[in-house]
Amino acid sequence: MIKLDQVGKTYADGTEAVKDLCLEIKEGEFCVLLGPSGCGKTTTMKMINRLIPLTTGKIYIDGVDVYKLESNELRRGIGYAIQNIGLFPHLTVCQNIATVPMLKKWPKPKQRARAEELLTLVGMDPGTFIDRYPSELSGGQQQRVGVARCLGADPPILVMDEPFGAIDPITRNKLQDEFLRIQAKIRKTIAFVTHDINEAIKMGDRIALMREGVLVQFADPATLLSSPKDEFVRNFVGADRVLKGLRLLKAKDVMKKPPLTVKVGEDPMQVKARMERDKLRWAMLTEDDGRFLGWITWEDLHASKTIREIIIPPSVTASPDTLLNEALSMMLNSAIGTLAILNEKECLLGVLSFEIIRDVLGQQVGEAQTEP
Amino acid sequence: MWNQAWQYVISHPDKIFEWTLQHLYIILVANALAAVFGVLIGIYISGKGRQRIADTVIYLASIMMTVPSLALYGILMGILSALTLPSIGFLPVVIALTLYGLLPIIRNTYTAIREVDPAMIEAGRGMGMSEIQILVKVKLPLAVPVIMAGLRQAVVMNIGIAAIGAYIGAGGLGQPIFRGIANYRTDLILVGAIFVSLLAILADLLMGGLEWLTTPKGVRTRRRR
Ligand SMILES: Nc1ncnc2c1ncn2[C@@H]1O[C@H](COP(=O)(O)OP(=O)(O)OP(=O)(O)O)[C@@H](O)[C@H]1O
Ligand SMILES: [Mg+2]
Repeated sequence: MIKLDQVGKTYADGTEAVKDLCLEIKEGEFCVLLGPSGCGKTTTMKMINRLIPLTTGKIYIDGVDVYKLESNELRRGIGYAIQNIGLFPHLTVCQNIATVPMLKKWPKPKQRARAEELLTLVGMDPGTFIDRYPSELSGGQQQRVGVARCLGADPPILVMDEPFGAIDPITRNKLQDEFLRIQAKIRKTIAFVTHDINEAIKMGDRIALMREGVLVQFADPATLLSSPKDEFVRNFVGADRVLKGLRLLKAKDVMKKPPLTVKVGEDPMQVKARMERDKLRWAMLTEDDGRFLGWITWEDLHASKTIREIIIPPSVTASPDTLLNEALSMMLNSAIGTLAILNEKECLLGVLSFEIIRDVLGQQVGEAQTEP
Repeated sequence: MWNQAWQYVISHPDKIFEWTLQHLYIILVANALAAVFGVLIGIYISGKGRQRIADTVIYLASIMMTVPSLALYGILMGILSALTLPSIGFLPVVIALTLYGLLPIIRNTYTAIREVDPAMIEAGRGMGMSEIQILVKVKLPLAVPVIMAGLRQAVVMNIGIAAIGAYIGAGGLGQPIFRGIANYRTDLILVGAIFVSLLAILADLLMGGLEWLTTPKGVRTRRRR
């Protein structure tokens, strides 16, 4: 647990970089520090590991004042990723990752084993990369090694300053996904800096939005999007904040049961009668074991044809973990009104439609409009 | 004349070998001393809050360089004889060359350490390195190429200056030169001059290789693969 209590920083030249900041990051929580350039994010991070001395206030880690600890001991217990990666160019990937283990005087084989383990964790093949130098890695690979390095001695706390900055959007997205997957496993207490609102929404359990050294709003992403506290927050999260809210939900959170599911062996005319009764124009078709086959429409059902002959196969399907914004663009791209959600065995779990997504948006707009 | 010089070389290989060895020995001792003191001083003055000391030290060292070698030998002879130490031969020459060698080494060590990317130092400190660990594990390895370039400069320059040491009896490849001047023997002058030049060229190549070898693999620019 990290607790900042009325922390302030005034630099020697009089710049008030951080003012009266109170922040509590719970154990295992992923806290994102968000804000425009120069708002004091880096300053705040560096005060946590004492790279920058505080002017006022106190910082506690697990209830202990960080100034009660020996500074290097404190730092070896906090995984630190500096802005712009900062790998040591003269050291191999292995030595870079094992920096803190080396400082802690782990035996050499254990350092190497740890480096291998962490490389695997961040999705890099140890056999290929462990003895390379940073100059022999791509930007994305360097970022991964940077993440691995800050996990070096398995610290309970991570302080990461824009670890995925300066990288192309596709790689960035991938790194974010992987890091979330890793965090789900390792459950570190994380203070993570970014100035990218989308990254903040995607990664953070809670977001601390700062402006000119002041904490403006500290809330979970949904609250930040639906109830921005003031004009600054509203502008910062952007006019499309309602659409952004779609990123917070997964298909499985809002999908509905299909109005009618038909097994492939059923009699076409009985199905047609059922659809007429329920005023349905289409139904979803599955194999007897539940595997999804496609759609059938009311018009196509004839006594002369078997159901198998009139299947319209799906052009695109989604998984239960698909984010709503992705689901929406899948639907728009392939011009379908209904998206089938399948599990890994291709069994039909539910459907998403424009109506469902519109209702979700409506709720968020509703919440947004009831703000004070 | 060239022919005579060549004749001398093939008839007195032992002499030439001896002078070269003497020369090398002086260079080795003087530059080893200059390297040790130069790097230590360079590290010291690159420390926090030592800007004034650094400026002074580098200023003094550059003044040192402007003193002609004969004048420096003279001054040293005076000091050494006052201390009842050998005032001619090996000792004053080695001291003079050490002093000359200091400037490039101090200056390069100082600049190289000062110019290490602050982000590297911060990464080290942020992960819990002590100041000594930052120096040894981050600053020095990154500064090595530039420090070695300074040492290379010092060695090559000193090979020339050491030749003048023969004038005060330190031996080396200056000896045939001075003897040639005294006896109107152009061939001897040529022999000395050519071998000093060869030595300087070889030393430059050798130090270049050493510079390459001591540069940490990850920061070498030309990649050998
Ligand atoms: N050493 C320093 N001396 C004086 N002022 C400083 C110093 N370091 C930072 N500042 C100032 O403090 C303020 C906050 O800087 P900080 O680096 O914390 O911003 P940031 O939020 O991390 O910005 P960015 O997103 O650009 O990294 C800025 O106005 C900056 O100019
Ligand atoms: Mg910053």
